[in-house]
Formats: sequence, structure tokens, C-alpha cells
Amino acid sequence: MGEPGIKETLSLEDLQAEAGLRSGRKHTLSILVENKPGVLTRIAGLFARRGFNIDTLTVGPTDDDRISRVTLTLDGAVHPIDQVTKQLHKLINVLKIRDLEPAETVARELALFKIAADGQTRAEVMQICEIFRGKVVDVGKRSIIIEITGTNDKIEAFERLVRPFGLVEMMRTGEIAITRGRGET
Amino acid sequence: MRAVDAIMECLKAEGVDVVFGYPGGANMPTYDAFYDAGIKHILVRHEAGGGHAAAGYAKATGKVAVALGTSGPGATNLVTPILDAMMDSVPVVFLTGQVRTDLLGTDGFQEADTIGITMPAVKHSVMITDPAELPRVLHEAFYIARSGRPGPVVVDIPTDLSKVDIPYEPVTDLHLPGYQPTTEGNAKQVRQAAKALAAARRPVIYAGGGVVNANASAELIELTRAGNFPITCTLMGLGAFPAPDRQWLGMLGMHGTRAANYAIDEADLIVAVGARFDDRITGKLSEFAPRAKFVHIDIDPAEISKNVPAHIPIVGDAKNILSKLVVEYRSLEPDASRLEEWWARVDHWRERFPLAYEDTTDSEIRPQFMIQALAEATENDAIVTSDVGQHQMWTAQYYDFPKPRRWINSGGLGTMGFGLPAALGAKVGCPDQQVVCVSGDGSIQMNAQEFATCADNGIDVKVFIMNNGYLGMVRQWQELFWDRRYSQVKMGGNPDFVKLAEAYGCTGLRLTDKNTLVDDMRAALATPGPVLVDVRVTAEENVYPMIAPGEAARDMVG
Repeated sequence: MGEPGIKETLSLEDLQAEAGLRSGRKHTLSILVENKPGVLTRIAGLFARRGFNIDTLTVGPTDDDRISRVTLTLDGAVHPIDQVTKQLHKLINVLKIRDLEPAETVARELALFKIAADGQTRAEVMQICEIFRGKVVDVGKRSIIIEITGTNDKIEAFERLVRPFGLVEMMRTGEIAITRGRGET
Repeated sequence: MRAVDAIMECLKAEGVDVVFGYPGGANMPTYDAFYDAGIKHILVRHEAGGGHAAAGYAKATGKVAVALGTSGPGATNLVTPILDAMMDSVPVVFLTGQVRTDLLGTDGFQEADTIGITMPAVKHSVMITDPAELPRVLHEAFYIARSGRPGPVVVDIPTDLSKVDIPYEPVTDLHLPGYQPTTEGNAKQVRQAAKALAAARRPVIYAGGGVVNANASAELIELTRAGNFPITCTLMGLGAFPAPDRQWLGMLGMHGTRAANYAIDEADLIVAVGARFDDRITGKLSEFAPRAKFVHIDIDPAEISKNVPAHIPIVGDAKNILSKLVVEYRSLEPDASRLEEWWARVDHWRERFPLAYEDTTDSEIRPQFMIQALAEATENDAIVTSDVGQHQMWTAQYYDFPKPRRWINSGGLGTMGFGLPAALGAKVGCPDQQVVCVSGDGSIQMNAQEFATCADNGIDVKVFIMNNGYLGMVRQWQELFWDRRYSQVKMGGNPDFVKLAEAYGCTGLRLTDKNTLVDDMRAALATPGPVLVDVRVTAEENVYPMIAPGEAARDMVG
């Protein structure tokens, strides 16, 4: 029905405009927010409503008690980061958003592992812990608790190694990140 | 003074002359303050009516409107108007009552988590925790509602805090570090857009409701004239460019004209102003305007490249940007003759595919004819509100709007029950204007209680019900896409609308004859006070043309 239009090919330039929307890598967003009731709900609600999936999320105070920092990571292969940050900016209580450059950022996560370990295996687990510069924080007859700090790659590597011993429980905080150099994050 | 008296002072300082609301337990202190505040209060018959009336007022006047409800059900009844205002970028401040602070979180009587329930539906919201902050919060609410991309702001006020004595001082400075809307368009981007326009051979201007919100109609007209560009508007933009006009292509989108949709389909440059590439505009997104580059002008950066990637994005106020763009465009002295071929093609579409329907030979009234008759009877000079459905689309198609803020409907959310309260709000805001509401026999029953508000306050609106005995748009879709399996669309048991009007103290009329329709409508319009006109139209008529859902614009049917 109707008159078909004249077909022309799309220019490369046009296609690039579209391709720019998905970066294909993990992104860490560092967000400064006003320390007011409900701010975290607004951020979480926005993500849920727009169908954005948060991988990790941490919230904590900053050196200014009126301001909190939210650090969240999400997958840029799935989500248009540009659209995520623009929508976040529309929240009145959001002050500043920074999409951290991986090469210029130090990121850390804390994890606690409860691992099944008896007299026979304990030494081996502790050896792995030492290699990862972890800390034994509790030892029981049949288990051991280890604290590991590092990038999430390091924590995942540790997890893989200790899982065969019997991983009772694992808890992770999600990443926090700070930019290198003198400037503020 | 009491916090509630400070609220009154703030409303006055914001220039509020009327509010729409409904009292209840939790906002009684506020209503006590209204008793001698000297601010006109329209008592609606349902909070939703109040919310939509506020939207009608704001859309007609461009001013921030105010709607009030009590806690719990009062607030939840406002949820639809709040989201409606969000979707259509309408500046409304909603003041809701809340239970006493010591009852918060205890499932107290008429307690609802208003902030939580409305969170995804607001531009911003605040629950008062410190009554001394109330004046500042209110002024910030007005500022946020009206500035940038307008929208609804909810202020939730616990009843105990509203009675506290606070030191009131007029607020002169606002502190919103996280809210700084960009209004000035980037000059370099504007120049680029001008160059693209000057080079385009098949340009189209695509204007949306943002042009109306920005009061940028004059600037839009100037640019369109300067370049002799074809122009189309979205449902929300109607009136931003005067219709009919030599350069006017008609409405764009699902029930837009073929000329507008085909022009967009074949365009090499589309300048979108205050529009958001809604699915009702684009049809199948991957096949939308495949040959075009896009200039996208919008005050909300999040709209840019949300649905369609923009080649030249310009964030800022449409009025500001368009006035600069026209200067830049003129300075390039483009060759006007480059558009001759394009206009020939556009004219060909307009001539070959005008809006048309098969008229009756007897006295039966076609719904399209009804709108044409209404346009004639009102001399295209009314503020027209509508509900949602077939009558809305036919009004958009057949009533030519010569100015902005004359067409008031629920575009984004598509809220049935919007039309009557919006009309009464528009009339309160523009008492010297003729205000009519086009509704359907389904829609009108979603907020018919507001006839009482009209009668009570002598609000002179004329409501024309396009009565086809069906939920017409759903019936049309069932006919076209669901094999005519008409499920729950026959409106059996409709009331006698004439008697309904009379019961409310309004005038009721029934019109059934095409031959006298225009004169009968004139008589209805001349009748003093609120009037309901039950117009009986063809039962099974479809809105055409149509882009079927998920299809491309070039495959329009009907």
C-alpha cells in the first residue's frame, strides 16, 4: 500500500552514530548524590524502570557529610551507557556522574570466604590465601574464613581455587573505585 | 506563622490564583489555611479530576498549576494525573497530605507511601521532614516543575508538621546544585544544523509538544517560512504551526496524513524540535526515515539519541535555539530552488492522499463530519480538549488548530477521563476563551462526576460526546487485527447522557441529524453554562489512514 520510497544506501557516518551507543565493556560509574532520604531508591528505581541491569552497587559517605558516593558497575555491551548517565542526571539529587576510565582508575572490592577446611586441608587453603595476600580472620574446627581485597578479577580467581575445598559461603561488597593522580574522582 | 499559612504565602508569591483539590483528614490544616487565604479553590469531585483539571489549566495557560489531595486514597487517586503530567511534560505541583509523623510506617489510617508510589512518575518529589524547610521546598517545586523540561513535582506534607509554627521569610534564593538545565544551544551545533538545512534537498521539520512548552511557535513559524520547509507536528505539537497552511503537511504518526509520513520516509534531513520519536510516530523503528540525517533539538539531553541517533544534537530551549538557527540559516543564503522537486513530490502526495471518508447520503452523522461541523461551529477558534480513542484521533485530524495551547489532550499516557476535567481547568485558566471537550461515550464515563464541579462553579464548558456505542479504538483494532472478535467493547447500558447532564444541573442535548448539525452545535455553544451534547454517530467507522502497529510508515493503510 502507498508509494514505496526510493531506496538509497545509508552512509557510514549514519551507521557510526548508531554504533556509538553500546561500548561493549564493563563500566564503573562514580556518582555523587545529595545525602537525602530516598536517593538510593530513586537510582535503583530508575534502573529497574528503564531495564538497566546493575552488576554491583556500593554506597558510602564522603568527606562531606551532605554528600554520599554511589559506585556502580554495569555492562556496556548490554546497556547504552550514554542513556544511563543522561537518565541519572535527570534525578535532582544526583550531583555528578563520572564514567571511570579503567586505565586511570584503581578499583577494589572486599570479599569474605567461608571455606570447609579441616586439619588436613587447612594448610593448603592458608597457602593459597597467602599468595593472594588475603587474611585469615577466623578459624574453626571444620572451616576457615578468609578476607580478600582486590579487583574483582582477583577475587574471582581466588574463588575458583578454593571452590574445590568446599565453599560454604562467599560475600562480596561490590567495587569501589578512585581515579589515579591528584584530581578528584 | 503556621506552616500551612506559609504554604499560602508561597502560592501567592508564585502567582497562583487558583488550585484544584479535595480535602480529607490529613490535609485539613491546609484547608483551614485556604479559608481566608484569598486563593480560589475549585472543589473537584474526584482527585483524578483535580489532577487533570490542573493539567488542563497548565496546558492552556503555560503556568504552573496546583492540585491537592489528602493522604492515602487521595494521593493514590492522583497517581494517574501525575504520570500523565510526566509523560506530556506538564508543570503541575501536587500537594498531598500525609499521616502524622509518629504514624509513618505503621499502616496508619489512610496512610500510603506517596513518595514511593509516585517515584517513577515524577520529575521530583519531596516529603517534608522539617516544617521550617517547607517554603524553600515549595518554591523549589515550582521552579523544577516549570523550568527545563516541565513536569510534575509532588510535595508530601505530614499533617502534624503542617500545623507547626515556623518563622516564615520569603525565599529569594534556591539551592539546587544537582539541577541546572541547559537552555542555551551550542552555537557551533546550531551553525552545523543551519548548514545541513541549507544543503538538504528533501528536508522536513518535525515539531512536538516541546515547541508549545517553550512558547516557541513564532520562532518555529519563522524558520519554516525562511526556508520554505515542509512541516509536520506530532499529536502534542498541533497548533505550534498554524493549520491549514501551504507548508503544513498535517499530523505525523500512526494516524497522521500520508503526506507527512511519506515525507518523513523520504526525507534526507529531519529537524526534530521538542519531539521524542515516540513509537506512535516512528512505527517500525528500524525502517523509520531510512535516508534521513537528524537534527534533534530538545531541552532534555536524555531524549537525544534515545530512540533515533541524532547526527546534530542541540540541547537547549527551543525558542532560543530556533531564533539563532533562523539567523544562521539566512546568513547562508541558500538557493530556494533546490526544494522545487521536493515540493512537487510533497504536493503530489497531498493531492493524491487527502484525509477523506465516505460521507452518508441520509442524516446519519459520520464521526469525521462531526469534527468538521464542530470546527465550523466554533470557527476553529476554541480551546479543544479530548479524551482518548477514536474521537481524539479524528479531532486531531479534522480540527485545524491555528494556534498553540488550543489542543489539549493526553498524548503520552493516553488517559481516558482526561477531557472533561482538563476542559474545566482550561476554562478556569482562560475564562474568555471558548472551551469545548470532545469525548467518547466510553471516556466521558471515566470522570463524568466533574459535571458537578462545572455546574457548581458555573464553569462554562461544552462537551460533545461522539457516541458510537463502542469503545471505538479497541473495536477498530479487534476488527483489523483480531479477526473481528469484538470482546468487551460494546458499551451496553450507557446512561441517557441528556438526563445525566440534567441530573448534574447542566444542559443536555442530543443531536442525530447531519443536516442541521452545525446550526445545532452553534445553538449548544450559545447556551449559557455547562452543556453536554450527545452526538450520535456511525457505530463502526475506522480511523484512517493508519500505520499498523510495528509496521513502517510507507506501508500505511486506509
